[in-house]
Amino acid sequence: MPEEKRIILKYADEPGYTRDIDCYLKHGGYEILKKAVKMEPDTIHKEVMDSGIRGRGGAGFPTGLKWKFLDRKSGKPIYLICNADESEPGTFKDKQVIYKDPHQLIEGMMISAFCIKAKQAFIYIRGEFFEGAKILEEAIEEARAKNFLGDNILGSGYSCDLVVHRGAGAYICGEETGLIESLEGKRPYPRIKPPYFPAVLGVYQCPTIVNNVETLCNVKHILDMGGAEYAKIGVPNNTGTRIWCVSGHVQKPGYYEFPCGKITMGEMINDVCGGLFPGRTLKAIIPGGSSAKVLRADERFQGKLKDGTEFDWSIWDIPLDFDSPMACGSMSGSGGIMVMDDTTDIVQALSNLNAFYAHESCGQCTPCREGVQWMRKVTKRMCNGDSREGDADLLLSIANQIEGRTVCAFGEAAAWPVQSFVKKFKDDFEAYSKKPVVSSECGDNQLV
Amino acid sequence: MSNNGTQETIEIFVDGVSVQVPPGINAIEAAKIAGKEIPHYCYHPKLSVVGNCRMCLMECGNPMRDRETGDPVLEEDGSQKIGWFPKPVIGCSTNVGPGMHIKTESEKIEDCREGVMEFLLVNHPLDCPICDQAGECTLQEYAMDYGRGYSRYEERKNVKPKRTRLGPRVTLDDERCVLCSRCIRFGQEIADKDVLGFIERGSFSTLTCYPGPELDHNYSLNTVDICPVGALTSTDFRFKMRVWFLKETASICTESSIGTNTLVWSREGKVHRITPRRNDDVNDTWMTDSGRQLFHQVEADTRLKSFRIESASADATSAAKAAANQLFTGKAAIVASTHQSVEELFLTRKIAEALGAKAHFVRHLSEGDGLLLSEDRTPNTRGALLTGITGELPAENLSALAKQIDAGEVDTLLAIHEDLTESGLTSAHLDKVKLIYLGTQENATSQAANILLPGLTVFEKNGSFVNLNFRLQKFHQAVPGPAGLLPDVLLLGQVLGNLPGQANPGSLNAAWEALANEIPAFEGLAYASIPPVGTQLDGSAFSKLAFPETKSLKFNPAAEKEEAAPANAG
Repeated sequence: MPEEKRIILKYADEPGYTRDIDCYLKHGGYEILKKAVKMEPDTIHKEVMDSGIRGRGGAGFPTGLKWKFLDRKSGKPIYLICNADESEPGTFKDKQVIYKDPHQLIEGMMISAFCIKAKQAFIYIRGEFFEGAKILEEAIEEARAKNFLGDNILGSGYSCDLVVHRGAGAYICGEETGLIESLEGKRPYPRIKPPYFPAVLGVYQCPTIVNNVETLCNVKHILDMGGAEYAKIGVPNNTGTRIWCVSGHVQKPGYYEFPCGKITMGEMINDVCGGLFPGRTLKAIIPGGSSAKVLRADERFQGKLKDGTEFDWSIWDIPLDFDSPMACGSMSGSGGIMVMDDTTDIVQALSNLNAFYAHESCGQCTPCREGVQWMRKVTKRMCNGDSREGDADLLLSIANQIEGRTVCAFGEAAAWPVQSFVKKFKDDFEAYSKKPVVSSECGDNQLV
Repeated sequence: MSNNGTQETIEIFVDGVSVQVPPGINAIEAAKIAGKEIPHYCYHPKLSVVGNCRMCLMECGNPMRDRETGDPVLEEDGSQKIGWFPKPVIGCSTNVGPGMHIKTESEKIEDCREGVMEFLLVNHPLDCPICDQAGECTLQEYAMDYGRGYSRYEERKNVKPKRTRLGPRVTLDDERCVLCSRCIRFGQEIADKDVLGFIERGSFSTLTCYPGPELDHNYSLNTVDICPVGALTSTDFRFKMRVWFLKETASICTESSIGTNTLVWSREGKVHRITPRRNDDVNDTWMTDSGRQLFHQVEADTRLKSFRIESASADATSAAKAAANQLFTGKAAIVASTHQSVEELFLTRKIAEALGAKAHFVRHLSEGDGLLLSEDRTPNTRGALLTGITGELPAENLSALAKQIDAGEVDTLLAIHEDLTESGLTSAHLDKVKLIYLGTQENATSQAANILLPGLTVFEKNGSFVNLNFRLQKFHQAVPGPAGLLPDVLLLGQVLGNLPGQANPGSLNAAWEALANEIPAFEGLAYASIPPVGTQLDGSAFSKLAFPETKSLKFNPAAEKEEAAPANAG
């Protein structure tokens, strides 16, 4: 069984480890920041580039490259935002850091802020994490008292303050431009890109970097061990560790930190998570948060990786990194692995997801606003025992009319589950229409 | 800004056809130049771009160049390869660059439009038979042009508020709303009264007014104009008339010297509504709510409808003759009005000259709003100056004339469209003179008149005004006036023709001929040749006058003074 390699969560669950600054300092906290403020920002940036780290929020965009796109010519102030709006169903990794080791995030953020020369940093935290927001605010006060943030940090001449901004309970605020609008005090309507790329026209129309909690924490460790050394963890183009959140029908659900690509789906589920419940067989896995396309248990995944090697995997063989789930037609997304065994009614599962997306669509652009609600109504009707012939095709058609035509990626996030569920489990959908069932087990899909 | 022939253009390709367009405009406008329509709901040329309706999805590509060498990448046939964007893009936020290719017609685009149309209609009530927007509704138009023609939607529709009173003049039907946010942006960007917003989210998003304030500003009805569907309706016009019965007549708003371009919508001799007409040099696409109410004067109970000589009913010819005789035999003065059109003022000037009488003007000032309501609440002060009937700005009141009457220097008055008792004369003054009144509404002056010449409103006649930027703009007759009445220009022509040695021009066009011949500012112009958006006249001769207007949408006296200053210094 592959060993967990905990970098981000190194101390989080250690007995006796508390989230106050004294404990953090005892464990070597803020030493890296002290080192960082004496370095040239460009050197730090180079380390981040060398590390090859990719964003942990979902899209997997190279962090160093993102920072490089910052518009420095405009002369406008630069802002750093930590995206702590962890709302993707099946994901609960950032929460661990915020609740158990907040100073790690603050240190990572201040190093990053120093590197990009940010004038002000924000942590945009999910509205439901009210305890987390309190924890962060306390931690910020502690760090400010010790001059780890605020004016003239550690005598370096660099000043940057950090504030926590609570969301109001909307999934869309995880989309970076929606987050920025919300941070500005408006409805979180994602902005059109072009022209509003955050690195050029972000918060207050100034250059802005938005990074995930886990990403920013990693910056600290990159600087600690050096970019080249960090790049040795994991596999090429998929460096560092990732925190995977396993939920669903496994014996030991939870969060597990592993080097990228060094563990397969099978090892994760059967070894790390203790396997499925006795007597059950696997039906499907969603590998990267609810937006990722579902993988069917008996699928074979064949093709060519970017480096040219051919692969032929069963669902158990898929290496857990960025590129492999993508090569299988899905994505590693936010790292939320949802396991469904043979007791799962696939239509009801989709109905539940549709209810979520219909509830969370911001309503700004037409395809997502109307299409997602329509899909929800169809699957809900199916679950209520009024399934009709052609529902599966209709769902697929609606999803196709949404994908790629919306302001932000929510359109894809809502369309992909429907497309993959319907395509891969067409039999289940058709069985519904052939044998109308009147079900009372609609579960919790009455969100709206 | 516009009609600038020397402006640089770039070459782009719309559906493969080369077109020259100004650089930087968006694909919707560029396609329009190429004669192609890219359908859109949320995009409005005078508002910011939000790109939320997704109706203007199109395909777009740029000529490919080798990343390393910068050389053009060529197709097999030697033409430059086009790098098409993998996903459809929205036309409203895509600004054209040199060599850009735009596809407005393709299978993919057709599918996108069908999809968006279907989505827009799934929760739409489809109540066109009782909807005021029917006939001028982009949902209807695009559904016909780009929709599938049938619905696959079998679920329940969302229910939203059907009749929300947003303000005194605007009623909202939320079920029809397509959430394009034009009205919200109008409030934020043009009217500067941010009172509308969305509540709820997703498919339940609902347009509403913030708690407390109302949509009650003087530009609220513009939200009705720009609403692409039947969500925002004019409370005044609601359920009154089907728009396809209405005739559109180009007109000019007489509310102030801005000269807002308007459309008058009428049917069978009755005006039903007034909407703004786009003119980027005057009012863009906006107008005031108060300006839209002005047509109610047409059917006012106080309307003057018959000619009278000393209280006896008369016909137009004899009344005009009697008026001319009266004026010629007395010691006459004229109170003309900057409400009169250019050609009416020209004939009034002729009358004044023939009589050797002075033409007095009274000013009508009020507060301006910095947008489309100027301080001068008459439409034609510049016209009066240009026709030469007066060389100075209208006076505060008629006290000078009052003195002349008291002194017996004036014993006959021709008052045109001005209630003299409102302007410094008392009824005692009116008793001392023989009074001829030309006007549309009953008032103290009309009651005191010895000869009454009923006139027509701006909706019932043709003519032209000169606005605060010295822009000559014409208006057209939308509805016939009361039976037996003549347009003012013919009536004044008759009065003029009855004066010794004077000829009645007999028609508007003949009056214009004389005007163009005699006054250099109008040289070469004819009524028919004035473009629909008006034409700029030279007002530099009057730059020293202290006009009352301050800055408004397209008028900036400070900037003009700056420009003029070096010339004056030289």
